[in-house]
Amino acid sequence: MPLFVLRRLLSFVLTLLATSAVVFAVLELLPGNAAQVILGETATPESIAAMEEKLGLNQPAATRYLNWMGGMLQGQTGLSISYDTPTGQLMAERMQVTLPLAVMAMGLTVALALALGIYAASQQNKAGDVGVMTLSQLGLALPNFWLAILLILLFAVHLEWVSAGGFPGWSEDDGGGMFEGIKALLLPAMALAAVQTAILTRVTRSAVLDTLREDFVRTARAKGLSRRQVLWGHVLRNAMIPVLTVMGLQFGNLITSAIVIENVFVLPGIGRLIFQAIANRDLIVVRDVVMLLSALVILINFCIDVLYAWIDPRLKAGHAE
Amino acid sequence: MNMRDLSSAKPLLQVDDLRVSLPTARGWAPALRGVSWRMERGQTVGLIGESGSGKSLTALALMGLLPERARVSGSIMLQGQELVGLPEPQLCQLRGARMAMVFQEPMTALNPLHPIWKQIAEPLRLHQHMSASDAKARALQLLERVQLPRARERLDAYPHELSGGQRQRVMISIALACSPDLLIADEPTTALDVTVQKEVLSLIKQLVHEDGMGLLLISHDLGLMQDQVDRVMVMYGGAVVESAATPDLFAHRAHPYTRGLFAARPRLGLARGTRLTTIPGSVPELMDFPAGCAFADRCSLAVDECRQTPPQAQSMASHGAGETPHVVSCPRWRLP
Amino acid sequence: MPNKNAVWQRALRHPSFVAGGAMVLLMVLCAVLSLFWSPYPVGDIDIPNKLASPSAAHWLGTDSLGRDIGSLLLVGSQNSLLVGFIAVGIGLGLGVPLGLLASARRGWVEEVIMRASDFTFAFPALLSAIMLTAIYGPGLVVSIVAIGIFNIPVFARISRGAANAVWARDYTAAARAAGKGPLAITLAHVLPNIASVLIVQATIQFAIAILAEAALSYLGLGTQPPQPSWGRMLNEAQSQMFQAPMLAVYPGAAIALAVLGLNLLGDGLRDVLDPRLARQR
Repeated sequence: MPLFVLRRLLSFVLTLLATSAVVFAVLELLPGNAAQVILGETATPESIAAMEEKLGLNQPAATRYLNWMGGMLQGQTGLSISYDTPTGQLMAERMQVTLPLAVMAMGLTVALALALGIYAASQQNKAGDVGVMTLSQLGLALPNFWLAILLILLFAVHLEWVSAGGFPGWSEDDGGGMFEGIKALLLPAMALAAVQTAILTRVTRSAVLDTLREDFVRTARAKGLSRRQVLWGHVLRNAMIPVLTVMGLQFGNLITSAIVIENVFVLPGIGRLIFQAIANRDLIVVRDVVMLLSALVILINFCIDVLYAWIDPRLKAGHAE
Repeated sequence: MNMRDLSSAKPLLQVDDLRVSLPTARGWAPALRGVSWRMERGQTVGLIGESGSGKSLTALALMGLLPERARVSGSIMLQGQELVGLPEPQLCQLRGARMAMVFQEPMTALNPLHPIWKQIAEPLRLHQHMSASDAKARALQLLERVQLPRARERLDAYPHELSGGQRQRVMISIALACSPDLLIADEPTTALDVTVQKEVLSLIKQLVHEDGMGLLLISHDLGLMQDQVDRVMVMYGGAVVESAATPDLFAHRAHPYTRGLFAARPRLGLARGTRLTTIPGSVPELMDFPAGCAFADRCSLAVDECRQTPPQAQSMASHGAGETPHVVSCPRWRLP
Repeated sequence: MPNKNAVWQRALRHPSFVAGGAMVLLMVLCAVLSLFWSPYPVGDIDIPNKLASPSAAHWLGTDSLGRDIGSLLLVGSQNSLLVGFIAVGIGLGLGVPLGLLASARRGWVEEVIMRASDFTFAFPALLSAIMLTAIYGPGLVVSIVAIGIFNIPVFARISRGAANAVWARDYTAAARAAGKGPLAITLAHVLPNIASVLIVQATIQFAIAILAEAALSYLGLGTQPPQPSWGRMLNEAQSQMFQAPMLAVYPGAAIALAVLGLNLLGDGLRDVLDPRLARQR
């Protein structure tokens, strides 16, 4: 097991490095130079020169890359151009909204999808299964921002149970607080969860159906276990392996979908940060946020890999699946 | 006459006119067309036939493990208890406890995520309500009984760490865990290396004898049957075409299909250029069997009566095999 | 490929295929129709009539500038179809050859191509699309290209996987033994056999492209005015949520129906073209 984790850790670090290189390179490949992009077409040569100085564009790319990396590792991130604050601080503030949102959405998704998927598998081709599959088809087709707007129409405009957007903050001053915060994140989490639930339900269902066809399920029944005992004792754990893969991918999806959803609900999260940064051409923020989000996605996948090894003893021993 | 064969004692297993139909795209297909036999504890019965003859289906029907869509009729009495139509919870109590099964593919029959001891302990904990530690100790005893080398270490091992033969031994220990009265072995050695086959078969034979269990051994291999079972039933097309004590069958085969099977065995010492004998034709689809004898379309002795009327089972003289009758289902066979 | 007639017969009896096909056909017809005619020209601003409820004159009402919703939806379908076609086209045109190359050559070529596509997968697609539109300026072309680029690894993976299965078959070995070169084999044997997989995936990617473009347009980074776009209509509708809630329903429904139709079509195609593919879903 330790060997496996070590190898995965190595892969994780390498991917992280490669990602940082790519992120850096993409921003290098801008038409014109970064300073011009940031300041726009009306900039004077002097202001461009000043910006270039500020960005350190006179130094070779490699040096800038290393400076950036070194700074990140020491916790000193670049200075945002539009906000004039370190990006690290900005990101930390915004993550207080986005992370709970993603966790809530993921929680909703997993709970619903596992329940629905297992139910559908146990009712294969009967009414229950058809119902769940139809629902999931609909869920897949809905643009999540449209669902978000519909939810707002229903719960905020019509029923007035929650506000139509905005985030009051986690602290109790200025009308915030735990409860208020969660209330504000509820509709966004639901909108995010809808599509992901549809996907995960299908995956769960097919994973369970596939596992039910395995020989060891027949052995378990021959031992005298009831169908239910077989489902819980033998099928679920085995079926979780492909399901976990998808869950890992989904977390990445969630984070990026949050960009759109945060805009719908005007939530001060990472999604809106990057969106505004792009609109303001604040490339420093864009670069650092993209790096952060990519790192998060890679981290999640690393955790999933380690989770596999914990679940599947064949992996611990180094056997390929 | 053997003292065991008294009508007052309940037989271990009595199967009467067992019929199974499966739904296909073309309607209900008769997969088992009236199988009957009776066996006692301590008796070993072999079921031989090619793929599609219904032998595995018979085993599944006994265990109640047929697909839900299957329609079953007839009677299966395990020690006097009727299994056909028995509600699932009661079947669950019998499975693994009074009747157990060993399957063909040891490589995939064990759950890859559970350690070996846990899989053996499962029926013990289920039927005998043992604690985990007691069950683990008993699992060790069982593994030693099936002669698994280094049993103590292997308790905590996972299936992928064992070879096919070793996994099959584990399967056998699982089947024997609750000391069942009936053991069904469906092609237990087909997927194993030839050298291992003999070991596993003799292990089964020994254990069955020690515990006085009834054994139903299913195979397509004639040679296997000769040493392993007291009695053989030959199946074709979902029906038993001939059944006799093993030496009797091998010496005097009556049914055209049985004769075809024996003739088709490759033999050493034949002259060069001798063609291998085969049974002409091939096994038809379930829906395409003739209404009468299943073998009619491939039988050289077939007449119209064969195709139209299902053949009756007839006893012929059994040649020095004690009380096991030699039964043939073929209208062309007339008692001399 | 199996008998064409038999395939058609199966297709017409398959509910997903028929339903999905009908919906997609409807969308295509709308798009084609709108090239020549729409109830009202979409440029027609009619402020006095803004935010009108549905009436005989305007079946679905008007938006905040008095434009006819029905016409906007109709012309908007052109946009969605265009994005879908070109984005999928990019994916097919560049991804499939790469995948086929990887499968035919194996070795390090395959490694490089597969690692590159794995890597692209790791990158959040929407995020990168947003970045690209930010760098190169918002607009239809940039969004199509951005979405299209992310189709390339998808098709590369799929075609390589399917091609590998074909290469393993006996008839390709026979062709190789007969002296046919890899390119000839690829064109004559591999491609026709992976066609059904590609077609199914193409419908799925089409649906994804429509959703992605809608998201980008919603954020203002996609199709720019005056070209109508369903995604942007949703954005505009959101600011009118309290006055005219129904405005938000129509464009979203249009998107959902288009995507649903494509998904159903894809499912149906999968079952019809290769029932073996569809195992017991």
